[in-house]
Amino acid sequence: MTDAALPRPAVVSLRQRLARRGIDATTLLVLPAVLTILALFVYPFIEGLVLSFLPRKGGTWANYAKFFSDPFLWQTIPTTLAISVPATFANILLSIPVALRVRKMRRQRFLTTILVIPITLGTVLVAEGLLNYLGPQGWLNRMLLGIGLVDHPVRLVHNYWGVFWSLVIAGFPFTFLLTLSYVSGIDPNLEKAAATLGAGPRARFRTILLPLMASGLTITFCLSFVQAFAVFPSAVLVGAPAGSTRVISIAAFQAAYETYDDSMASAIAMIMAAIQLAIVVLVLMGRGFLYRGPAAGGKG
Amino acid sequence: MATLSKDFRELRLDHVQRDFGNFNALKGITLNIARGEFVALLGPSGCGKSTALNCIAGLLPLTGGTISLDDTRIDTLSPEQRGFGMVFQNYALFPHMTVAKNVGFGLAMRGEPKAKIAAKVAEALRLVRLDGQAEKLPGQLSGGQQQRVAIARAITIEPPLVMMDEPLSNLDAKLRLEMRAEIRRIHSLLGSATIYVTHDQDEALSLADRIVVMRLGEVRQVGTPEELYARPQTPDVAEFMGYRNMLPGRLAAPAAGGRVAAEVGGASCAGTPVGALVPGAVTLAIRPDDLSPRDDGPFAAKVEQVEYRGRAFFGIATTEGGAELHFRSADRVTPGTALRLGADPDRVLIYGGAS
Amino acid sequence: MKTTTNERSVLDKIWIYAVWTFVAFFVLNLVGVVGAVAVNSFATRWLGTWMPNGYTFHWYLDAWREFQLGKILKVTFEVVGAVVLISGLLGVPAAYALSRREFPGKRAVMLLFLLPLLVPPMTIGIPLATVLYRFGVGGTIWGVILANLVPSLPFVILITMPFIDQIDQRVEQAAKVFGANTLKLFTHVLVPLLTPGILAALLLVLVRTIAMFELTFLTSGPTSQTLVVALYYAVDAAGVRAGQSVDAMAMIYMITTLVWLLIALRFVNPTQIVGRQPASAGSDA
Repeated sequence: MTDAALPRPAVVSLRQRLARRGIDATTLLVLPAVLTILALFVYPFIEGLVLSFLPRKGGTWANYAKFFSDPFLWQTIPTTLAISVPATFANILLSIPVALRVRKMRRQRFLTTILVIPITLGTVLVAEGLLNYLGPQGWLNRMLLGIGLVDHPVRLVHNYWGVFWSLVIAGFPFTFLLTLSYVSGIDPNLEKAAATLGAGPRARFRTILLPLMASGLTITFCLSFVQAFAVFPSAVLVGAPAGSTRVISIAAFQAAYETYDDSMASAIAMIMAAIQLAIVVLVLMGRGFLYRGPAAGGKG
Repeated sequence: MATLSKDFRELRLDHVQRDFGNFNALKGITLNIARGEFVALLGPSGCGKSTALNCIAGLLPLTGGTISLDDTRIDTLSPEQRGFGMVFQNYALFPHMTVAKNVGFGLAMRGEPKAKIAAKVAEALRLVRLDGQAEKLPGQLSGGQQQRVAIARAITIEPPLVMMDEPLSNLDAKLRLEMRAEIRRIHSLLGSATIYVTHDQDEALSLADRIVVMRLGEVRQVGTPEELYARPQTPDVAEFMGYRNMLPGRLAAPAAGGRVAAEVGGASCAGTPVGALVPGAVTLAIRPDDLSPRDDGPFAAKVEQVEYRGRAFFGIATTEGGAELHFRSADRVTPGTALRLGADPDRVLIYGGAS
Repeated sequence: MKTTTNERSVLDKIWIYAVWTFVAFFVLNLVGVVGAVAVNSFATRWLGTWMPNGYTFHWYLDAWREFQLGKILKVTFEVVGAVVLISGLLGVPAAYALSRREFPGKRAVMLLFLLPLLVPPMTIGIPLATVLYRFGVGGTIWGVILANLVPSLPFVILITMPFIDQIDQRVEQAAKVFGANTLKLFTHVLVPLLTPGILAALLLVLVRTIAMFELTFLTSGPTSQTLVVALYYAVDAAGVRAGQSVDAMAMIYMITTLVWLLIALRFVNPTQIVGRQPASAGSDA
């Protein structure tokens, strides 16, 4: 567009040839950011990938062979999935009904503001809070004792459930806000139209809301899962980092900073990325079968 | 799900009220609609016409009054139990379903067998002249086609009542005229009642058997298009029906029926009283179409602007008192000309009170 | 028919009630989690009772001294400031180009900006730390800044793009017709129009960078710890110091974050904090 305004030289210049393909001065503005990400993300990633095939001892695949033969290492995968998948599903299943309710509220801002707090505080602070709140002397145990539900304090932290709750406390608001933004994008007239055509609340959810939300929910699932799968600080602080919550991040961290085996650490990091991307790709491929267009009743 | 039967005699709204907090959107509407009738709810935006429609559809609960179909009270039923067809302003087509699925949605919700749904959908699409578009998604259709799908969807369930909420407002002028004729044709084929909400009096006049003029949450007048066009009952209805010249005047003697003369800005103008009038302030209402230059006209004025609209010239003239008059002239008049304007006394309506 | 209506509305009510109970329960626990930290940070002694025996402020002074919080806060703000500035300077022009131009490979570029947000921070942090140490910036404040750019820069781009999409291209064309070159177009037309969008994106990056744990943790050294990393070490070594002192530090961290969050929320919708927000979702006139 810029070039159209310039006087045309007789020969077709490189500039014009590029402009014809959509590349001009404005397009080049994207370069600094691209270079930064190439240097800080792609290059280290490739380095790490190469490094993972250069083990301290053994052949090219030695790191990977070691990972998948040592139960102490490979079991971190089922451990991580056993925490992250249920936590993600719990967050999404809780988010849907709440988002559908909150959507109809006129003053959502207050609630959404409260819910955004744990996201911004981050997992480290949530973990410290959980240690106090869920500990044997914490308020929750006192409450349970007080109403006579239990007769001695329940162990709620330093195990699987401690990490699970930390993922819900930090993850539910995230999933909820994403779900809410997708749900709010659905034209309320569609539901009204379905109602006048004889669809009751459950039928409306099944035929209108769910199909229109489905594509957004898969994205929400991916983003929430990415966060839960990468769980690290809370697995150490409120989990049992040597046992039931020894997640793959911990294995990678220990390889890098406790045994100083960069090559092994890179291999674990790559395995972690591969598993996570595989799940995300699977989910997104499933999304291909869903409706993905606008969620408003078409206008002329 | 027991939806309501198509064979009804009358839908009755009895003092229907709807408040939003302290705001009374509907202040007790009473209205009867017979089977087969085409009723237009006409009024400026915010007059409560859409609220009334939503109340009838069951999308808004009432805060007072009742709605009944023959002897059954229906205002306690949810919209899905009423089974009235509705065409929404932005069509509200389900974007993830094909045209056929959209049109068949209501039947599917009633658990009809697939073959029956397919037959009914095909029939409805033929009716709205959309054969061959069945497998498209709404996003692939033009505005006019989406409109037809919305209508087809509302009528396949064979509802006792079809409601339309400003269905033509998103279409361009040419398509609007075309769809108007189409809506009227479909209505007469179906034989169910239609309630049509609009703010466009041309649309209401050309479509409806009966027009309900609303303002500020109240019904101001109910009548046939002819009645509303020729005899608006109140000055504000007159103004809304296109009586652009609203002139303050005085009446010397009481009047009811027949013809009287009122004094306007020093001149005497003959007109037809609406209702019983007492001496004192009155308001004269004249359509621009009816006010034209004539030598014996009561209003002396100077032409300010003129525009040519094909059949005639329309202009604005100012009287010595400063009032603006909208008039029509068969011959060209030029701005600056002084002339006299007058109207047939049958076409000058005189209302009691100042406007 | 009357009864079915009633039955359903009872079920509806139970359902609505259940949903709100869950929300209340969640918020209650949230308040419990945050409140426990806050109360403990002021407690003289708190064992086996609902509330502490007495209150004091001296844990804050302790924490400030023990953890060298002055220094840590300075590092934190230097890192955050630099990350915000650099990701804004690089991200906004990139977002502009991506929003306005179609060019071959655009999808690949978009993917390039999405991946850093999808790959686990641990995966990128470990090799990135190795590379940074090799180039001699590992463990320094610059290493931390560079590491934090990895998620921040794509985030700025993805948040700003919808704002740019909203600006009518004809405004720009008009400016060009009246003789503005690309630089003037940016400074005179786009930046003023984009201020709300840029502000929103930068504030969100700010809040996220303060709370960004993994990447900072992996790339920082003793002199380049930010608040959240220092807090992690303090919690992890909880036996060594008084719990109250750790919680006092947690409070300082919390207040630092929440102040910026509150500022950010004046300009952005809470839903934007979680990611790209469709500019105006399903609004119909």
